[in-house]
Amino acid sequence: MNLVNKILKGDVLAAARLIRGIEDEVSDAVEELESVYLHTGRAYIVGVTGAPGVGKSTLLGSLINIFRKKNMTVGVVALDPTSPFTGGAILGDRVRMQSYGVDKDVFIRSLAARGWKGGLSKATVNTIHVMDAMGKDIIFVEAVGSGQGEVDIARVADTSIIILIPGMGDEIQMMKAGILEVADIFVINKADREGADNLRTGLEVMLEMKTHLPDEWKPGIILTEAVSDIGTEQLVEEILRHREFLASSGELEKRRRERAKLELTMAVESSLKNYIERMDKDYLEKLVDDLVHRKTNPRSAASKIINSSGDR
Amino acid sequence: MSLERKLRVLIAKPGLDGHDRGAKIVARKYRDAGFEVIYIGLHQTPEQIVNAAIQEDVDLVGLSCLSGAHMYLFTEVVKQLREKGAIDITVIGGGIIPREDIPRLKEVGIKEVFLPGTPLEEIIKWTKENVKPLR
Repeated sequence: MNLVNKILKGDVLAAARLIRGIEDEVSDAVEELESVYLHTGRAYIVGVTGAPGVGKSTLLGSLINIFRKKNMTVGVVALDPTSPFTGGAILGDRVRMQSYGVDKDVFIRSLAARGWKGGLSKATVNTIHVMDAMGKDIIFVEAVGSGQGEVDIARVADTSIIILIPGMGDEIQMMKAGILEVADIFVINKADREGADNLRTGLEVMLEMKTHLPDEWKPGIILTEAVSDIGTEQLVEEILRHREFLASSGELEKRRRERAKLELTMAVESSLKNYIERMDKDYLEKLVDDLVHRKTNPRSAASKIINSSGDR
Repeated sequence: MSLERKLRVLIAKPGLDGHDRGAKIVARKYRDAGFEVIYIGLHQTPEQIVNAAIQEDVDLVGLSCLSGAHMYLFTEVVKQLREKGAIDITVIGGGIIPREDIPRLKEVGIKEVFLPGTPLEEIIKWTKENVKPLR
């Protein structure tokens, strides 16, 4: 394919094709990705999660506008669920951002979850890499939060934003594991609705209860009305403030190092999984026989496979 | 290791149509048939549609038009797709389109036109037979 050079120059067609190849795990694409990765690490990545209907896409539309005015180029990876029954998906996040449909410096790509739990997948991570290599200054990753989803996005994002709206029983949502810990910024959207202040107070109380070391980032709570563009400038300022904090405290490097480690682990797991699919079937069946007849145990059998995978 | 390739479809309404009920029904049918549908809805310019089709690397673009401007709008979409190098994306159309216009639409590059009353299964069947994942 040799799309890498085109992608580095910002060619959308080439980038889109590579992303598709990555999604479908076409071997050429997977190889191209190896070169692409070497050109990543520059873009700033912002995760945006929240339950369906809280206004993620609308809010993103406003944020794109503000960042474009600051002359930053933008990428958006918009995730939507895949139907477990039909395997299909409606990817409708783009609808709310279509005014950027002709801005050549905004690249929006919709991805279906395709069976990955928690809203995140290899394809997501690699799509971010492609956009990074294209030269995008800031890349937003938008996903439905499902409890698990927020935690996963936080692992690939520099700044994690969680969007809540009043009146959704969100105090319980907030208490669920991981959500308080992962959010760098809380947004209360549809803040004109009744209950917004209560929600803010509830959040503030919960954040107070969590011990904060003096050098630690204390998550901000921003009230917005995305449809009217209210509060969005403050949200952008908060994102930039967080970026500044991460850079000056050394946290950014730490988080990116963690991310690299995570990707390495994911790649090892994936590689081994592929190996099992492709390995000598007779050998595999023999190992299964040995297990069934209790001549060996799963861990030892696994060791044999791992060792033989090195002989490829 | 290659997975089974999913087909990606873009459903859009160029021009000034007021409602998109039909387009949404077709979108849902495609989803239920296992496709990934990027739905961008109402009031799209040909340029917005083409850019979305390219960014999303779709295999098929489905255009719906109820206001009679299909000749111009559909032709524009095909023209711009070709100009931008996306020559292999299939484009189909639907909506309120006189039968007499169908041959001309096909001449400019609309692969098939599905008029109101077409059973949804027929659209899916046609798609599976005529649209393959690109590359």
